[in-house]
Amino acid sequence: MLKIENLHAAVTDSDEEILKGIDLEVNAGEVHAIMGPNGSGKSTLASVLMGKPTYTVTEGDITVDGDSIVEMMPDERAHLGMFLAMQYPSEVPGVRPWQFLKAARDARDGANGEKKMSVRAFSKLFDEKVEEVGINPDLMRRSLNEGFSGGEKKRNEMLQMAVLEPRIAIMDETDSGLDIDALQAVADGVNQMRSPSRSFVIVTHYQRLLHYVRPDVVHVLVNGRIVETGNAKLAEKVEATGYRDYVAVN
Amino acid sequence: MTTQDRLTISRESKLDDAGYKWGFSTDVEMELAPKGLNEQIVQLISSKKNEPEWLLDWRLKAFDYWRKLHREDSEPRWAKLRYPEIDYQDIYYYAAPKSFDDAPKSLDEVDPEMLETFDKLGIPLHERERLAGVAVDAVFDSVSVATTYGEQLEERGIIFCSFSEAVQNHPELIKKYLGSVVPYTDNFFAALNSAVFSDGSFAYIPPGVRCPVELMTYFRINTEGSGQFERTLIVADEGAYVSYLEGCTAPIRRTSQLHAAVVELVALDRGEIKYSTIQNWYPGTKDGEGGVYNFVTKRGMTGDDAKISWTQVETGSAITWKYPSVILRGDNSVGEFYSVALANNYQQADTGTKMIHIGKNTKSTIVSKGISAGHGENTYRGGVKILPGAENATNHTQCDSLLVGDQCGAHTVPYIEVRNPTARLEHEASTSKVSDEQLFYLMSRGISEEDAHHMIITGWSRDVIKELPFEFALEAGQLLKVSLEGAVG
Repeated sequence: MLKIENLHAAVTDSDEEILKGIDLEVNAGEVHAIMGPNGSGKSTLASVLMGKPTYTVTEGDITVDGDSIVEMMPDERAHLGMFLAMQYPSEVPGVRPWQFLKAARDARDGANGEKKMSVRAFSKLFDEKVEEVGINPDLMRRSLNEGFSGGEKKRNEMLQMAVLEPRIAIMDETDSGLDIDALQAVADGVNQMRSPSRSFVIVTHYQRLLHYVRPDVVHVLVNGRIVETGNAKLAEKVEATGYRDYVAVN
Repeated sequence: MTTQDRLTISRESKLDDAGYKWGFSTDVEMELAPKGLNEQIVQLISSKKNEPEWLLDWRLKAFDYWRKLHREDSEPRWAKLRYPEIDYQDIYYYAAPKSFDDAPKSLDEVDPEMLETFDKLGIPLHERERLAGVAVDAVFDSVSVATTYGEQLEERGIIFCSFSEAVQNHPELIKKYLGSVVPYTDNFFAALNSAVFSDGSFAYIPPGVRCPVELMTYFRINTEGSGQFERTLIVADEGAYVSYLEGCTAPIRRTSQLHAAVVELVALDRGEIKYSTIQNWYPGTKDGEGGVYNFVTKRGMTGDDAKISWTQVETGSAITWKYPSVILRGDNSVGEFYSVALANNYQQADTGTKMIHIGKNTKSTIVSKGISAGHGENTYRGGVKILPGAENATNHTQCDSLLVGDQCGAHTVPYIEVRNPTARLEHEASTSKVSDEQLFYLMSRGISEEDAHHMIITGWSRDVIKELPFEFALEAGQLLKVSLEGAVG
């Protein structure tokens, strides 16, 4: 479904290369975890997949269903069914979460030639997902992420994922800074959405989220390269020994 | 003496159509007085309107005063605005449509660019629904054409008519209140307006009456080279309430047009006036050519327990010089000012408010949002004055600027004068940019770049837009979008 080939990426308008040749293939229904120390390029990879203009792909390719997406804008990637749960979601004053998500859903449905959801149908879906994700409904009357705690912001990302129902969900350190309840809620969200037609790329520093979400494949990313790939056991090994050995070698 | 412009839009009545609202002119036959300003012109305007002697005298005094200011070169220049010298002798001061019977019937000759704008705004060509429930007084160039809903209002004793009609039918009210809030000696442009004002709207709500509909006026400038000088006077008698909407449009012209209006609001004891404006005068070309020069004096005065609230969305005009103000004379009275001002391309806006606290326990709120884009220059200029007798006066000022791009400017110039130690004042100010992080966030959810910008900007303006009546709020959102086109991306 998602294929990354020899991907190199640099900070836009600079020579600072952060991703130095990444190869990765994520099939439908798979959950991939990308682990790595700080500064390894994990978050950059998540951002590059979604087309953040801060970074420029300098070599290699990213394809979805065989078609390159490197030249696509972030909104076009979203229309393909990609989603990025942000590490630091922005606050957007005066924009209500409902309004934001309805606009997002309409934009995607419109781009895919589908009928827009009626206000009533969308409201029903929205309310259901608010309950499912367990986010405080009072927050939905506020501006997007404004005055939300760290955990509330992450839950709000999960709400967006649930409402937009992406095919490829990328999660950028969604687990960082969460208390155990919030972590459990994020994990529940992912587990509920796991399906044979949906793939996840979970970027994380720690293994703790992986206690709750069992990955099919684990990659260790160090200094812009994937240095080891394995199954869920690899995550346990990393937890036990840390990244020290990898960093020393690479 | 007819204008050479093409048709506009089909219309079934003279008022409730889109044809008045936007930038194109109609080929209605015009009657023009010669260009230039002198005593004879003032007399001509007055006699055309069959005005009583006292009003002519008032105009002539205003003209004398203006001439003195002009001689002394006292045109105000303290605003952060740059524009070429205005030649006051090169302007038509009187233009009256001869007849509306020849109003265009066909869409065929409408400027396609304009039709496209309609599409973008999503405005139906016949805007009847929109205007349902809204009484309209349209000022077409200088002469007010007609008023709908007249009878319904009449039953409640509400007067809503053109200023000229009010002079004929309710001279006692005009005599009592004209110039009572904005005297002709107030400033250069108020003096000019007082001398040559052509028409405008008048509303009077009797004691204890709540006006059941929103009163609305659409102003437009039509004749090339003409100035527009409306005079609006609204009186809410004791315990009365009215919500008043003002829309402004002007056709696309190569040359600049002068607009110098005066609005006076009188809210007697326990009276309340809510005044909302969407100002969409022609802003000039992308390169800063043409556009309306908008020099407006707007002010209200309150009685005890009265309230005056100004809400404005300013997207048009090449030059905006405008400070809707409230003199809080009555005890416990309230003044509010909510404003979104946008300056794109080469537009310049110097706008804000004055809150003058005289009565005890008076309270004022100022929320000003300035959006600068392109080479636009946006200045907030606000004054809060607490006089010695204003015990326990409070003011809250919030003043935010948003920058789009790196060629524009935002400036904040607050003046605060406190002469009573019990006063409490708060002033908050912020300047921000639409951040790349916000844009990426919205776009990563599937929202296009343009829509993302629009969503961020209207969200940022929400505190002001939500003060507008619902339909006006929708229009304001769309106008912001259209006005910012080309500024983003």
